[in-house]
Amino acid sequence: MDSYAIQLDNFEGPLDLLLHLIKKNEMDIYDIPIAAITEQYLVTLDAMKNLNLDVAGEFLLMAATLLHIKSKMLLPKIVEEELEEDEEDPRAELVRRLLEYQKYKEVSQTLENQPQLGRDLFARAAPEPEVLEEAESGFIAVGLFDLLAALQDVLRESPEPFVHEVNMEQLSITDRINAILTLLQGQESMAFGDLFSGGIKRSEMIVTFLALLELVKLRMVRFMQNVRHGTIWIFPAVELGKVDELDVGEDSLGYS
Amino acid sequence: MDILELTPLVEALIFAADGPIKAERMAEALELPLAEILAALDALAADYAESPRGFFLQQVAGGYQLRTRPEYADYLRKLGHSRPFRFSRPALETLAIIAYRQPVTRSEIEYLRGVDSGSVLKTLLEKRLLRILGKKDVPGKPMIYGTTREFLELFGLPDLSALPTLREFSELVPDQDNDDKSGALPLLVDEEIFADDSTGESRDSFSEYD
Repeated sequence: MDSYAIQLDNFEGPLDLLLHLIKKNEMDIYDIPIAAITEQYLVTLDAMKNLNLDVAGEFLLMAATLLHIKSKMLLPKIVEEELEEDEEDPRAELVRRLLEYQKYKEVSQTLENQPQLGRDLFARAAPEPEVLEEAESGFIAVGLFDLLAALQDVLRESPEPFVHEVNMEQLSITDRINAILTLLQGQESMAFGDLFSGGIKRSEMIVTFLALLELVKLRMVRFMQNVRHGTIWIFPAVELGKVDELDVGEDSLGYS
Repeated sequence: MDILELTPLVEALIFAADGPIKAERMAEALELPLAEILAALDALAADYAESPRGFFLQQVAGGYQLRTRPEYADYLRKLGHSRPFRFSRPALETLAIIAYRQPVTRSEIEYLRGVDSGSVLKTLLEKRLLRILGKKDVPGKPMIYGTTREFLELFGLPDLSALPTLREFSELVPDQDNDDKSGALPLLVDEEIFADDSTGESRDSFSEYD
């Protein structure tokens, strides 16, 4: 029992633990004694519970898998000849996963030992990586995370009221899309924040944001910024004259 | 332009750039053929390699950047202006799987690792080492992940093909981190972790040097 009281939370998951047990017992990976390994695995899980460690669901799932394999192997083989090729050893998938896991476990160590910028190597100034592809226009593409960060910024300025009031409000994304397009008409671009200024309500902000997402999806606007974490600019991506022909009905957007 | 004139000019461009600068971009800026720029870069790299300098020319993320030599890392860290993050094992495993298998979905990652990887993915996305490449056209439309140029910059890789070769195993290799302690079981404290991480921070996320 003592011999299983190993550093338990040192295992990243059930595969890691299984690999360890197999190696420790010098078992043949292609002929794992499934009864022995299952027993050791379960004892380890018990030890984890005794230490009041939360045994994650993944560990239990693997325990079930091991028991399933064990029971399969106990079943008598009905017709020996037919089994030859079309029926795989019940352990085969597990072995493949273990070897595959070992591969990435090892290479992740190699990666860790690779000289890292900011840890082993330093570049001039704080390396704030810049996306060079878009550099000629002075703008870089805005990623999803930047967009969400920008939404959080504008929402922060309009805190949620304490009282919850239910009222019928007709907020339409279609209307908002049209309003944004109207605003954009005759302008080269507008700042993301401008759409959210003027003390508008949180619900309106959300609708505006959804409208913007729809516009991007419809490829009618583009988001760009000059520097990372800089102002997000909204550019019309199509000729706005053609907008009227686009069907942006509420139904087609999937909102109701 | 004479290579003796061009080499210091290229050096100046690399020095002034904010990040790794592409040879193509330098060729465009100087209105010179790419081959000349590449020759100057070779000369520059050789120059740094041979002469006693504090930095060298590294080919990284499709471009070139001057970086300090790794042997000076300890001294530079003492300057204290940088706060590098340390990878936890889950983060490294996840990053490795994505780097080699991209584009890859979360469920594929979790099948390989055998554990839930949601929070690790989130951290790596926030650190801009990963990005969402799109959605896979299968039921549920799961997101597919890939690495970013920040990933290449961090690990000093010119491109993804420069990743360390993935060893194919048909056998088990001895554990470096668990088995060497097998004589000292039971182990309830992992000396290795606490030795170099006195803060004992959560291993689920990145901890930073102070």
